[in-house]
Amino acid sequence: MLHIVNKSPQERSTLESCLRVARPGSALLLIEDAVYAATRGNAAAEKVREAAQALKVYALAPDLEARGMKDAAMSEVTLVDYGGFVDLVAGHAVVQSWL
Amino acid sequence: MAFELNGKVYETDEEGYLVNLADWDEDAAKYIAGVENVEMTENHWEVVNFLREYYNDYQIAPAVRVLTKEIGKKLGAEKGNSKYLYELFPYGPAKQACKIAGLPKPTGCV
Amino acid sequence: MMTDEIPGDEPAGPPGGKVKKFMFVNRKAPYGTIYALEGLEVVLISAAFSQDVSMVFLDDGVYELVKGQQTKGIEIKNFSPTYRALDGYDVEKLYVERESLDARGLTEANLIVPVQVLSAMEMGELMQQQDVIIGF
Repeated sequence: MLHIVNKSPQERSTLESCLRVARPGSALLLIEDAVYAATRGNAAAEKVREAAQALKVYALAPDLEARGMKDAAMSEVTLVDYGGFVDLVAGHAVVQSWL
Repeated sequence: MAFELNGKVYETDEEGYLVNLADWDEDAAKYIAGVENVEMTENHWEVVNFLREYYNDYQIAPAVRVLTKEIGKKLGAEKGNSKYLYELFPYGPAKQACKIAGLPKPTGCV
Repeated sequence: MMTDEIPGDEPAGPPGGKVKKFMFVNRKAPYGTIYALEGLEVVLISAAFSQDVSMVFLDDGVYELVKGQQTKGIEIKNFSPTYRALDGYDVEKLYVERESLDARGLTEANLIVPVQVLSAMEMGELMQQQDVIIGF
């Protein structure tokens, strides 16, 4: 299944809850303010790096670009554009959006 | 909107539902039933009182399906079916009986 | 000739005839935002369509089920008794995450309805078995 998170890891615990529940082999897509979690040196970076061993982690590139953070993206995270976003949603039978 | 009985004012919305649950009394029920062309018999009161109890317990007006099921449990199978309830309240037991019982329109009832 | 127009006493069958698994995930505390109430109303409405409905309470969503809510002072309707009506709507699958309870100093005994307490792992597995997940 695909988990989508859109909240900054510093402001909300949404990412943490998602990582607690997500089962190995699932995909995680970070969008909007959640893309900060995919940047080097942020407080959640270690958690994301660890999660990337069991999950496939993606971040929406336009959201990183918009925030001036694209160059800071962690190597463990795969960047996708809007087309990739659509492919991810279409490619998974179950999608949970963590509001 | 509003109506007045014996000097007491009952505020209603544009569809005739009471605005304040606490305003309800038997006079108001009879008045609303009159507007709806329903003549209140013992069988009508049974349903209206049941609805008020249900609302008091759960803070919602039940969907018709739930109402029929619960009425069946409480008052017997011959009353727990929509044919019986629609005979009492031709425009719909949930909608019309709720209005007479002074409850808000049931959730999901357009 | 017109046939009997009175609706049946059984819930309407699902469109297309196939029962789908719908999971509603509640993650917000009850009165600070409208999410919890909206989520509950959507579940009550969807119960009319005979799907396989379950409700999950995660994170602050577990606060929705706490016993003893008294909302007079904030002048907002107390909708916690409505969770007890779910059973009558044939919504019988209520799942609460143990970690969320623990993190808030709560146990099953604090909740207004009987629930099934699951670990985060079990919850994740249950999610994967759904057809549709809707979050509030």
